[in-house]
Amino acid sequence: METNLSDTRPETKTVGESWVTTTFEALEDWSQRHSFWPFPFGTACCAIEFMSTVSAHYDVARFGSEVVRFSPRQSDVLLVAGTINDKMGPVLKRIYDQMANPKWVISMGACACSGGFYRSYHVMQGIDEIIPVDIYVPGCPPTPEGLIYGILQLKERVVRDRRRHNEQRQNKQEKLAPLENKESERADVGRAVPA
Amino acid sequence: MPTLAEPSLLEGLIGDIGAKFPAGSITVQENSDQPTWVVKREVLVDVAKELRDRRDTRFDLLLDVAGVDYPERTEEEGGRFDVVYHLYSVTRNDRLRLKVPVSEADALLPSVIPVWKGANWFEREVYDMFGVKFSGHPNLSRILCHEAFQGHPLRKDYDPARRWILTEADIYKPHFDLPDGEDDLFERMAINIGPSHPAMHGTFRLMAVLDGEAIIASDVEIGYLHRCFEKMAETHNWQQIIPYTDRLNYCSAFINNVAYCKTVEKLLGVEAPPRAVWARTILTEFSRIMDHCVCNGATLVDAGALTNFWYLFQPREEIYGLIESCCGARLTVSYGRIGGLAQDLPTDFVARSRKLLETIPKFIDDCESLINKNRIWIDRTVGVAAISGEEAINWGWTGPCLRASGVGLDLRRAKPYDLYDTVDFEVPVLTGGDVYDRFRIRMMEIRESLKIIRQLLDRGMPEGPYIIQDPHIALPPKEACYNQMEAMIYHFKLIMDGIQVPPGEVYEAVEGANGEFGFYCISDGSSKPYRLKCRPPCFPIFSTFSRLINGGSVSDAIVSLGGLNIIAGELER
Repeated sequence: METNLSDTRPETKTVGESWVTTTFEALEDWSQRHSFWPFPFGTACCAIEFMSTVSAHYDVARFGSEVVRFSPRQSDVLLVAGTINDKMGPVLKRIYDQMANPKWVISMGACACSGGFYRSYHVMQGIDEIIPVDIYVPGCPPTPEGLIYGILQLKERVVRDRRRHNEQRQNKQEKLAPLENKESERADVGRAVPA
Repeated sequence: MPTLAEPSLLEGLIGDIGAKFPAGSITVQENSDQPTWVVKREVLVDVAKELRDRRDTRFDLLLDVAGVDYPERTEEEGGRFDVVYHLYSVTRNDRLRLKVPVSEADALLPSVIPVWKGANWFEREVYDMFGVKFSGHPNLSRILCHEAFQGHPLRKDYDPARRWILTEADIYKPHFDLPDGEDDLFERMAINIGPSHPAMHGTFRLMAVLDGEAIIASDVEIGYLHRCFEKMAETHNWQQIIPYTDRLNYCSAFINNVAYCKTVEKLLGVEAPPRAVWARTILTEFSRIMDHCVCNGATLVDAGALTNFWYLFQPREEIYGLIESCCGARLTVSYGRIGGLAQDLPTDFVARSRKLLETIPKFIDDCESLINKNRIWIDRTVGVAAISGEEAINWGWTGPCLRASGVGLDLRRAKPYDLYDTVDFEVPVLTGGDVYDRFRIRMMEIRESLKIIRQLLDRGMPEGPYIIQDPHIALPPKEACYNQMEAMIYHFKLIMDGIQVPPGEVYEAVEGANGEFGFYCISDGSSKPYRLKCRPPCFPIFSTFSRLINGGSVSDAIVSLGGLNIIAGELER
């Protein structure tokens, strides 16, 4: 506990044997970066490699990111694994909007990062067209090692510049938003009403 | 020169069937790889019925419907589009291709859904991609592209990169086939599952009308992973398409490589050397094992049996090791090449494969001992989403799902390719047609695949080149490129211009992990395909999904999706 906390923030100090003084931000960083709850937005080939990463051989639990949650309300990392096309775009945006702050996005694989080699009429040329991305993991698909490296990079990022990053995110979100995102228009989505 | 079809029984029949229709309704197209009839649209449905029901034809399986666009063709020559139907007779093991020309001004065909139910989604796809309409179709709407899409992307005049943005206001409205008298939805509840839902594997959307827990009507929407494979194929040269084929059925990428390479080899009239064929057969079977592991693992996760998922993913990791040693990639291998393989097999290939033969059965046994007599599993799967063999054929099913319904159709046996006629293996057949049997049949097939691999390993690796020694098709070795002028020129020509494939059309299929996986390919003699249509085994199977789950409960629907092994990359291409 001591070393973990003190390597994150210089203001953390150990007093005596059983007391630690620190700031609330440092405590939050420390707890958050060691337990990501990813939402796997898996659509294609990358999702299979994500499954490999989670399963016994690579075991992403070693890095504190194995609590996979399929509810955006219960997760803090959106892990986009696979091609996102124009039909899926509004769904992804909606999932992202539903996640509570603070939240991060890992874009796994060439398709999510840039559309990959699908420069075509139905494929989004990178998910950063509609949502901000924190970590881009290249590869088609990335190896599990690559994805784990991406997760470790995200940990660093959480610690390093969280507050600045949140400010940037606010600005970024205002600039990006090609899709209509008003509550009133979204009310009928996700419910199947017979025509 | 492409290989031509052998004379078929059908040649005698054309006069017999043709006599029933006005003169000129059916003509035979010569110089094709398989019997091809050009049929006028007025008689299409009647000809289709005749072909399905006659005892000497029995074309009971509609494999594929493909559109082809010829913008230059005039009205006298038939009009702008061809709609191509590929038929297969399960009982007679025979194939037939029907071509129906249709003009742009009057792009309307009669729907063949009354003859083959599996035509439903195929016709929607042709409508979506080419704008050809089908009269009598119950729900002729876009299927792969989104609702706000304008134009028809596989027409030759459509710009491959022209995108349309979908807003949430435009999304798909479900089409429910409610039973009679059930149009009052006051007491009913309509639910939506997916596309971003773990039970829908991330890319499918199920909409259902419930009466209590029971589903009384449902609709399925796909297209959330449509990434334009066929348009991309028309804009890349023959070799560049191989990586795209990897990403069709990405659980068993190598099988796709083989299917595509065999199609182009058939057009070129060449064959891969023995060493490549041997390796292709072995790696195909390893890929099949991997695919079945994912399918069964995912089914069990959907049913809540997570432990088995760990057991079934471990053999995949072991096989990845072998594949990585061959080509450097794990999942999307791109190891096949037209005329052979991308590079030679590693020296320890046989030893590594033998080691796998020892380790894999352990995981399969562990999983089966947990599941086969498990009360919960049996209660949830026996009799769930059952379908008879006859009905499954009418819907266009092939592969393990069809074999679980009592029809022993397997291309490795029906039309042996590569080395399958030289090895001894069983084609497992079960009769339940439910989720339970679909699970079991995959486990049985894994054991058969291991048997095939063992026999081939015992035979030893054939000596000789791993790719065809023709500088017009395969790149010369690297050393030669750097040291010999001629080799360097060939290398340059192949990289810059690609392979020159003679004009022609072929259909070639292999037994993929989900069923008949084929390519229908038209070449106009240039360095790119004129049209490349993939025959995806998932597509007709998933079009049956509503029929399978109606009447069952929601939890039945969840558990039955996994057993069908729907891979979105291949379903939507």
